[in-house]
Amino acid sequence: MMGYFKKGWIALKTIFIGMKVTFKHLFVPAVTIQYPDVKLQLPERERNRLYVNMDDCIGCYQCARACPADCIIIETVKAIPGENLGQTSNGKRKALWVTKFDIDLAKCCYCQLCVFPCPTECIYMTDVYEFSEYYRENLIYDYVTLTPAEREEKKINFANHEKEKAAAKAAAAQKKDSETKKDEKKP
Amino acid sequence: MIYNFLLKITGSSIAASFIQSLLPLFLFILPFALFAVLAERKVSAHMQDRLGPMRVGYHGILQTIADILKLLQKEDIVPHDTDKSFFNLAPIIVFVGSYAVFAAIPFSGAFIGANLNLGLFYIIAVSGFVVVGILMAGWSSNNKYSLLGAMRSAAQIISYEIPTILVVVTIIMITGTLNLYTLSEMQTSSFWNWIIFGGPVWGISKFLFIPLMILDFLIIYISTLAEVNRTPFDIPEAESELVAGYHTEYSGMKFAIFFLSEYANMFAVSAIIAAIFFGGFQSPFGYLGNTLGLPWLIPIEQFFWFTAKGLFFVFVQIWLRWTLPRLRVDQLMAVCWKYLIPFAVVDLFLVGLITVL
Repeated sequence: MMGYFKKGWIALKTIFIGMKVTFKHLFVPAVTIQYPDVKLQLPERERNRLYVNMDDCIGCYQCARACPADCIIIETVKAIPGENLGQTSNGKRKALWVTKFDIDLAKCCYCQLCVFPCPTECIYMTDVYEFSEYYRENLIYDYVTLTPAEREEKKINFANHEKEKAAAKAAAAQKKDSETKKDEKKP
Repeated sequence: MIYNFLLKITGSSIAASFIQSLLPLFLFILPFALFAVLAERKVSAHMQDRLGPMRVGYHGILQTIADILKLLQKEDIVPHDTDKSFFNLAPIIVFVGSYAVFAAIPFSGAFIGANLNLGLFYIIAVSGFVVVGILMAGWSSNNKYSLLGAMRSAAQIISYEIPTILVVVTIIMITGTLNLYTLSEMQTSSFWNWIIFGGPVWGISKFLFIPLMILDFLIIYISTLAEVNRTPFDIPEAESELVAGYHTEYSGMKFAIFFLSEYANMFAVSAIIAAIFFGGFQSPFGYLGNTLGLPWLIPIEQFFWFTAKGLFFVFVQIWLRWTLPRLRVDQLMAVCWKYLIPFAVVDLFLVGLITVL
């Protein structure tokens, strides 16, 4: 019988204790933040969206080779003689037109392995982490600064140059050939 | 009285009573529901050290209005395999049940929907009507969770009506009236005349009543909490077990009506407790209208005190919701049959003895 009353009393008492606790918390300042307006400070070495500074890129494929998820696709075209591509910020001479530099961020695993091999430090992690998209295709980022027409132009230029070179070579070879033939005829 | 005033304006008793019956809905229940939903979300958020809705208006003040607009725009979906006529009827019955209670609640000295001599009895009888609507909603939804919720709700409301009625009977033994208006009038002038402090009659019995009345208050508060399906007695709509209980299949405006009647019920039971134990619309000390000599101010003050008391108990309900975990079904029944009913019966006997002596 006493157990019965004791149980009832404890139940009632603990309700009031609990109510006291929650009432105190009514005046505790909120621990949450208003997310899109206020953002938490990110850690110093956070890894988020990649960025490529194309002015410094020499098209060396190092990052594409390091990538474990194969999400970096690079295509390059050699510059033809007479074209000056300038230098990178740490003094390397650029010799290739980069006509394609796509990073598929849907595949990217944010491991940062592509960042370390880069000889010119042109690929790095930024602090942007809000870039969700409705379509997966929109996550393929194109970093090349050339316009599509320019890219085509560079390719055609190089192809023409190759053709010219091949023609010149062929001409030279023919000349040489005829010379040797002449030489053969002599005796 | 508002009725006489309306009668003078409209000149027809039918129009006057019609307008009077709509007044509590548009002037009180709808604004209250808007306020209470926001209060619930804000209080819960602050109790959990969060901020709650912050986007619409200053600190989210207009959040419920935005929600209502959203609910109004929603498509009225009736699931294919439901019992269509009952499915559509259920929210109306639930709302009618909870709205009819407001007819007998004395909002102030000048406004009471119907000054019934059987006020308390009427309220208890009509609030039982809600069970029909809830069962109807659960059954016609053709959904096992809805049905489970409705069954639990019916079991719970019916078993918790017993301690409520026992306490009400105790009060009747002291006051000798079921009329909520006279009940409030009896507790006039000052707070020591409230029934929780032993009632208006001075003597030894007043001091003997105080502990019994506090016990009675606790019993009726717990059991009405269970009747309006609030936590810790929210097993009919336990969201972690039953999705949303009997209104799982409802959406849009029908869902809003269920919601509205739930909040209307919350205020109704708080108002009944305030009227029975805490002097109803009576001020705990004198009226400003009396001291200033402005008789028209008194009903407004009475309305203020009544809403203040009601809102305080609504706040306590919200407070309890964010403090206590949900009870199991067996615990729920144990609380009712092993604790509330025996205590209420003993209380009834003791009060009877004191009044006889």
